[in-house]
Amino acid sequence: MAAFASVLDLIGDTPMVDVSSVSPSPRARILVKLEGRNPGGSVKDRVALSMVEAAEKDGLLTPGKSGQVLLEPSSGNTGIGLALVCRVKGYKLKVVLPTNVSIERRQLLELWGAEIIESPGSEGSNGAVRIARELAAANPEWVFLYQYANEANPKAHYEGTGPEVWRDCPEVTHFVAGLGTTGTLIGVGRFLKEKNPDVQVWAVEPPAGETVDGLRNLDDGYIPPIFETLGGAALLDRKTVVRPRESIEWTRRLADAGLFVGISTGAAMAGAAKCASELGEGEEAVIVVVSADDGWKYLSTGAWTEDIDVVAERAKSIIYF
Amino acid sequence: MSVTVRLPTLLRPHAGGEAAVTVAGSTIGEVLNELVQRYPGVTAQVLNDDGTLHKFVNVYVNDDDVRYLSLLETPVKDGDEVSILPAVAGG
Repeated sequence: MAAFASVLDLIGDTPMVDVSSVSPSPRARILVKLEGRNPGGSVKDRVALSMVEAAEKDGLLTPGKSGQVLLEPSSGNTGIGLALVCRVKGYKLKVVLPTNVSIERRQLLELWGAEIIESPGSEGSNGAVRIARELAAANPEWVFLYQYANEANPKAHYEGTGPEVWRDCPEVTHFVAGLGTTGTLIGVGRFLKEKNPDVQVWAVEPPAGETVDGLRNLDDGYIPPIFETLGGAALLDRKTVVRPRESIEWTRRLADAGLFVGISTGAAMAGAAKCASELGEGEEAVIVVVSADDGWKYLSTGAWTEDIDVVAERAKSIIYF
Repeated sequence: MSVTVRLPTLLRPHAGGEAAVTVAGSTIGEVLNELVQRYPGVTAQVLNDDGTLHKFVNVYVNDDDVRYLSLLETPVKDGDEVSILPAVAGG
């Protein structure tokens, strides 16, 4: 393996590993793409670098100039990816972070020098988005990358993650990933369907709307602008909710198979298992699942070690996607 | 045909505080129509004036989003669980 000039050069080109030993069907091969191998520890490193480089190209940011400030709402991973990129490139970062994320997410932001602006946990990511938009309007000199509306987000996956999946597994029949900002699903989904229109794209989401009780009415709801402008609804073939308990059960099952991955990976695996168990008579599938991050940031939740009922109940009040 | 409809926190005040109600119907459209007839306060939160699904509401049958099944025509069977959830940001 080559020696790399910059830690940012380590972003992308992640490995895939076969976890068919835990597949519920012998006719479904399941592979997990390990995005936790990125230097900031998650798939969002790709998005962070892509958005910052696009802003530099557009002249919104000038490399080497001092005093430039970026602002971003994030439940954790995008903020952490941006904190890494900003630390290396010399930009100052402010992250609007809901209070109910794991302590490790806060610690990673702090260690790379990001300033944390808290948003109410009861409003979930919606609250972080709301406050960030207000701050961006009040401080037009700050660069607001806004992952939910930034086309450099899905572009990172269209140009990076998608081609890697196709390179390493051209026999893919189903692609499963968490919904989040929708960037992964739009970018990879579009690339794979261009290569093979028969590839099925499945989105998995936590029942966030159940736990976000800070919503006053449905007009406070939120759909990422990139999902609407880039035709996300037409790209998805299925969208399924996976609850905390099932997410943790699958996270543990993956640990039994030797993989130490985050709770959202457990949710995505549950989606893949559902896909595998619905295969028709004689039908075969090759399912590629994105593991957004590794398990390190969730050790404090007790996800692997404590009583599953206790952990599942606790997971209802934290953001793990 | 009767199904359980799970309601999000913000709809419960319009449904007598219930977290889940039992509703009859053989499609999602029928289930939602029965729901809004019984609890008119829920209507504007779930359906548009033309009867289509509100943009910021997601409806699931056994955790599958009906927008990627057959929308309001999605069939339901006895014992199915229908969930109504607001669309919220993730990531």
